Amino acid sequence: MKNSDAINVVLKRHGNDGTRLMQILRETQEALGWLSPATLTAIAAGVKWPRSRVESTAGFYSFFHTEPLGRYRVLWSDNITDRMLGNMDLMQAMCEKLWLEPGRVSADGLVSVDTTSCTGMCDQGPAILVNYRAITHMTMERIEQMVELIHNQTPIEKWPVEWFVIEDNIRRADILLTNAMPPGEALRISFARGAADEVETSFSERSWHESMQASDIGASATLDEIKKSALRGRGGAGFTTGLKWEACHNAPGRTRYVVCNADEGEPGTFKDRVLLTRQPDLILEGMTVAAYIIGASKGFVYLRGEYRYLLEPLNAVLAKRRQLGLLGENILGREGFNFDIEVHLGAGAYVCGEESALIESLEGKRGVPRNRPPYPVTNGFLNQPTVVNNVETFASAALIAAKGGDWYRSFGSARSTGTKILSVSGDCERPGIYEYPFGVTVRQVLEECGAHNTQAVQVSGPSGICLNRDEFDRRIAFGDVPTAGAFMIFGQQRDIFEVVRNFVHFFAHESCGFCTPCRVGTTLLKNLVDKIADGNGTRTDIDEIFHLNRLLQTTAHCGLGHTACNPLLYTLEKFRPAYERRLKLLKFVPAFDLDAALSQARQMTGRDDAGAHLETHSEIAQ
Amino acid sequence: MSETNTFILDDQEIPFTPGQSVMQAALTAGVFIPHLCYHPEFRPHGSCKLCTVKINGRPATSCTTPAAHGMEVESNTPEILDKRRTLLQMLLVEGNHFCPSCEKSGFCKLQALGYELGVMTPRFNLMYPTRPVDASHPDVLLDFNRCILCELCIRASTEVDGKFVFALSGRGIKKHLVVNAESGRLADTNFSLTDKAAQVCPVGVILPKRKGFAVPYGERHFDDAPISTHVDEFKPVMPGQGGRS
Ligand SMILES: Cc1cc2nc3c(=O)[nH]c(=O)nc-3n(C[C@H](O)[C@H](O)[C@H](O)COP(=O)(O)O)c2cc1C
Ligand code: SF4
Ligand code: SF4
Ligand code: FES
Ligand code: FES
Repeated sequence: MKNSDAINVVLKRHGNDGTRLMQILRETQEALGWLSPATLTAIAAGVKWPRSRVESTAGFYSFFHTEPLGRYRVLWSDNITDRMLGNMDLMQAMCEKLWLEPGRVSADGLVSVDTTSCTGMCDQGPAILVNYRAITHMTMERIEQMVELIHNQTPIEKWPVEWFVIEDNIRRADILLTNAMPPGEALRISFARGAADEVETSFSERSWHESMQASDIGASATLDEIKKSALRGRGGAGFTTGLKWEACHNAPGRTRYVVCNADEGEPGTFKDRVLLTRQPDLILEGMTVAAYIIGASKGFVYLRGEYRYLLEPLNAVLAKRRQLGLLGENILGREGFNFDIEVHLGAGAYVCGEESALIESLEGKRGVPRNRPPYPVTNGFLNQPTVVNNVETFASAALIAAKGGDWYRSFGSARSTGTKILSVSGDCERPGIYEYPFGVTVRQVLEECGAHNTQAVQVSGPSGICLNRDEFDRRIAFGDVPTAGAFMIFGQQRDIFEVVRNFVHFFAHESCGFCTPCRVGTTLLKNLVDKIADGNGTRTDIDEIFHLNRLLQTTAHCGLGHTACNPLLYTLEKFRPAYERRLKLLKFVPAFDLDAALSQARQMTGRDDAGAHLETHSEIAQ
Repeated sequence: MSETNTFILDDQEIPFTPGQSVMQAALTAGVFIPHLCYHPEFRPHGSCKLCTVKINGRPATSCTTPAAHGMEVESNTPEILDKRRTLLQMLLVEGNHFCPSCEKSGFCKLQALGYELGVMTPRFNLMYPTRPVDASHPDVLLDFNRCILCELCIRASTEVDGKFVFALSGRGIKKHLVVNAESGRLADTNFSLTDKAAQVCPVGVILPKRKGFAVPYGERHFDDAPISTHVDEFKPVMPGQGGRS
């Protein structure tokens, strides 16, 4: 097939709709290998957007390439947990066998190898993506076989199937992960809540519109249950779900949307992946209940690009639900209740987990957080009222819709009701998924996952909090240690500074670049931390970290920038020796290494004697 | 207009019309708040963060925050001035700014704010990014080395000229300006020197060719007095927060 034909097929599939640009770019790239300048021109013409805007979107996401990167694109997940499992040595070995440098394409244009932000396989690392398909448990043996397969240009479809097996590793299941409700149950019960009152309203003298609303007593009664349950968002911010849905219901708008945030980009988090694998119906049902309550007609699951392999299974579940009358028109025979859901894939951008950036991405644009207010509940997708919730929030809401708010409140604590799924990884015997009622202590989790000699636990990912040994009796709860789900364990043997360094690099890589403090500040922090790592750090550099933190916390545009210094702050407070060990006694050492700058001159003149060197950093220190 | 519509900005009472941002109200009242991505003719953008103030004790960008009665706004405090200085230093090290050889020197808002706020050093290590210039266009030179990513040229080309000549690509520190052509060259776009987009750059990126140093140093726009005294130039031309839409 000619390139232009391939592009046209994709364009046609998406009705030449520019708001579907993310899907158009991805599918075109899957067909053609990369997005050439001519391809972007053709897509722009197809969706009738200025070419500059199409290039703008394509250039934002890590998983879109506007340069050829080989028929085989190997990306090593670079979370600290992958590092602890030895991913850097393995990647180096792979590069040597392939005769290339990380980040470069092989001379024959066949293959490239690079790193990528955490791919959400921390309990089964070291993990990689090959052409955006996930492979876990990398070993030297697998690398040897893989290099063979690549050299022989064996299509990925013919690679050993067991490489692509993703484990669920459910170690402790509670109400969410043990759910066995038949699909449709929560919806039926929600509808039934209004049945008794419906008769009454149909006799009233209200206008048609009002009676339509009034006949949805079931919807308002179910909203009451959600409110009663005191369910709070599981994506990090912990906003009360019932209030969000109510605000969206009350906002004026033409259409309403329900969006499930399955971007799960926070390093160390993988619970949404397992929920999407094991309880897709519960999640989709939660979204449909939300649609019923707020009056939405369309829903999206925004699935992170790293979970590309889940697209087909999710689409199969959606098809099944349509067959069962749980999606589509007149859901379960309910006249006028029309709602359908579509899965949209992201393309490698952590910031798209921020709800307004996610909506921008859904509209085919760069994933840049919007100015707020207005919030998505009033001005969301295509400027219409939109509810955005985490995967786990929707799953919990479906349970509440079926079993009631009081039942849900019987789990967890008074202020943090229900259960929370933790993604446990790092130094422990049984990494994986643990669902606990809220209020569980850090210590209990450590005991149950088989962690010994634990030095620190990073809860809720790099933007979360780092706990030391004295804090293990604290509880997972909104009032104490809140979490979006990550629980990374670091044993006594780990160098906390290397953990922090990994996180700081992550933020610099993922900053969207919209606002000055985060765009420049995260890179300055990265440079400072690297300077300390190189043994050239001083007191002044530590002061500068605090100074930058004050700036980012107060002036950054979104949560990414606000929290980008957290890993440094917590560990400077609790693990100071990890830094002090590396610092010079001096007040100040420039990061610009004059002597290193002369290395080229030395190479050219073939000299390396003392006279060809400046005073070195270490000499100055003495 | 009811007299209840006022807020306090550093001990001064500022009147406003409903819908105005804190920035618009302040500028209208003749009080300067440093800014780079704000422009009187465009909707607020909120990206440079230079206009950060504290409103009732909480930091906020004054260009995007609607004025409300009774607000207490801090702008000229040592804490906020320090933040603004750091933001300017960030912009200076992020690009390649060699003012003595820059045609825009003396007309440049970044430079003028540097003087205004007393930025004496770059503070951070210069990043020396590689940013090739685009001299392809017959009338205009693009020197991306000085781009501070305020998106004013993008907004002007999109909203006024209807041409979409400029857009952003890349992410984070690698974010950069691109032009609307498969070749990536300005000459292959329909850009013209008379476009609004050619007039709005606060720094020295979009420069007319064959017009070097027409005004000598020392006699340039911001050479006479600090930028804050030029406050009248920045007064909103549109009522309300709106700007062009
Ligand atoms: C940088 C950033 C990344 C985020 N990533 C996610 C994410 O991957 N998943 C998620 O559910 N929420 C994420 N959030 C939070 C969302 O903005 C939003 O609060 C959440 O989706 C709301 O759903 P909830 O109320 O059910 O938690 C992120 C926020 C920020 C600032
Ligand atoms: S804080 Fe960072 S991620 Fe958020 S808008 Fe600013 S640059 Fe983008
Ligand atoms: S070229 Fe000028 S106007 Fe355009 S984004 Fe850069 S600094 Fe702003
Ligand atoms: S002027 Fe307000 S953020 Fe730039
Ligand atoms: S003097 Fe500011 S960009 Fe040239």
